[in-house]
Amino acid sequence: MQYEFKPKSKLKEFLGDKLIAAMAFVTCAAIILIFVFIFKEAIPIFTSAEIQKEASVDKMVLKQAFIPDEPPKWSWQPNSDEPKYSLLPLVLGTIKAALIAMLVAIPLGVGAAIYSAEFASKRLREILKPAIEMLAGIPSVVLGFFALMVIASILQSSFDLIFRLNAVNAGIALGIAIIPIIFTVAEDAMTAVPQSLRDAAIALGANPWQVSFTMVLPAAMPGIAAGIVLGFGRAIGETMIVLMASGNAAIISGNFTDSIRTMSATIAAELGEVVFDSAHYNVLFLIGSLLFVFTFAVNFAGDVVLLRLKEKLQGKAR
Amino acid sequence: MSIAEKNFASAETATISTAQLTGRKSTGAVPRGLTFAAVIIILIMLVVILGNIVIHGAGTISWEFLSSPPEHGMVAGGIFPAIFGTTALVILMTIAVIPLGVFTAVYLQEYTDPASRLTRFIRLAINNLAGVPSIVFGLFGLGFFIGFVGGNIDSVILDSTRPVWGKPAIIWASLTLALLTVPVVIVSTEEALKAIPRELKDASLALGATRLQTIFRILLPQALPGIFTGAILAVSRGAGEVAPVMFTGAAYYLPQLPTKFTDQFMELGYHVFVMTTQSPDVDATAPILYGTVLVLLLLTFLLNFVAIVIRSRIRTRRANV
Repeated sequence: MQYEFKPKSKLKEFLGDKLIAAMAFVTCAAIILIFVFIFKEAIPIFTSAEIQKEASVDKMVLKQAFIPDEPPKWSWQPNSDEPKYSLLPLVLGTIKAALIAMLVAIPLGVGAAIYSAEFASKRLREILKPAIEMLAGIPSVVLGFFALMVIASILQSSFDLIFRLNAVNAGIALGIAIIPIIFTVAEDAMTAVPQSLRDAAIALGANPWQVSFTMVLPAAMPGIAAGIVLGFGRAIGETMIVLMASGNAAIISGNFTDSIRTMSATIAAELGEVVFDSAHYNVLFLIGSLLFVFTFAVNFAGDVVLLRLKEKLQGKAR
Repeated sequence: MSIAEKNFASAETATISTAQLTGRKSTGAVPRGLTFAAVIIILIMLVVILGNIVIHGAGTISWEFLSSPPEHGMVAGGIFPAIFGTTALVILMTIAVIPLGVFTAVYLQEYTDPASRLTRFIRLAINNLAGVPSIVFGLFGLGFFIGFVGGNIDSVILDSTRPVWGKPAIIWASLTLALLTVPVVIVSTEEALKAIPRELKDASLALGATRLQTIFRILLPQALPGIFTGAILAVSRGAGEVAPVMFTGAAYYLPQLPTKFTDQFMELGYHVFVMTTQSPDVDATAPILYGTVLVLLLLTFLLNFVAIVIRSRIRTRRANV
């Protein structure tokens, strides 16, 4: 290889360095800006008396009596004459969908990860991994579409449901969306368990599946847990699937076949028509801040666990 | 616990379990069968989803469908404006995300001490940015780009009461998507930079090249396939996202194609969403809907596939060196 270097130009060198630094600065500034901006737009709920008349923390958390002689209740009706901003139905809906998703994704994702890491031949594994990871390449709007057109019809005709679009329907599609996350993270954790540990167990007379279940699985458990946590974070924040497949009715009930309205879908459904700097606008940003903080915390926890596990399995433990 | 202790402890557990379990003559058929069932269920789901879309969508796809606009309230006609809009969107996004992502990666790798607290913090923030829900980016795009930046351009610079920049537009949607996809580009570029043998860089510096010359003539050309992979993955992700663009620029229906940065546009994913949830006649829309979903899937899968092939080529080449 031949490289010709032109004589150094101090100015060019200076500008080039500054250009690279400027780009890095813009990226970092953007990250900080996202933080600051989402929170900033939610602040009037806590500071502005005018906004608080419509939406204060009390009104969002506690039961409110809107009609005289009726018991107070939690309700989300931001567009009615008297706007109601209780966050409880949304939080409940989000949790219901995420629970169903975890119920679908944990056994399938972890099970498939165990098979791929412990039982599959090397050749089979090389086909299995990308095949399952293909699920991650399906855009969420396509999964939402599939849930609405196909899964909902199957569920309705087999169980005779009142609501065609409900928490179970959305939860199953969400589960499909997070299977690849749980699978990949759990599989990586199991394959990272050093061969020397496996060899030691085999030398002591354990058969292959005993090696897997008494040794590899316990050693990789933090990684599997991290995968589940990361999947949960994604399930909470995922938008298009729940927007299309959950029915979007803010109902408080313990019944999983009722329609739900999740936090993310609420933002997606209402942000288009909201007036800038109105109470409704601020509340939507507050919901966004809650989603942001929650997913950030979950991802952070997952990353830390994975990093520690990697260090431990590579023998760098303190 | 040190690794030796850990080894010992694990080995001890294994011995006990072996002693306990050999009595039961267990062969592991049950766990093997159960986990295999999980694999099969996932694969069946994948096949059913893709099969359903291909079977229902393949009949619709024709040159006519790809090249003509929607007609009669989207129950007839094609999806050309949505294909055009998505393409324009991801091209603008790529123009924004490549310099940002690549130079940020170069900065992190070549200009800072990777062990320093600041660098570790930045890297952590970037990693976590990738996990932030896409709807939050939509919020940010609306509040910051349209409300703050666009609104100020209108009122301060243009002194206009009619919104020109302070409304949903393709430029704001593509910038929002660029922020969403920048972690993908940074991570791929960093990986590619890390894989370049140190000798190459040292040789360049020893020959008297400056750091900047080394970056532009040695490191970046070597890292090009990795950067390319990152760009394709970013485009694939961006092309499939709906939540960040539905408030920042995507339109329900437009009679004409976008020609300016401030125009709105139609997008494939948003078109799927609109047709699925707001169609006046579900049965009449279904074939077009399936056709659109198939086009969107083919687009994202094709891009992913290309990225995977390039990446595996880089890895084999590196293994051979």
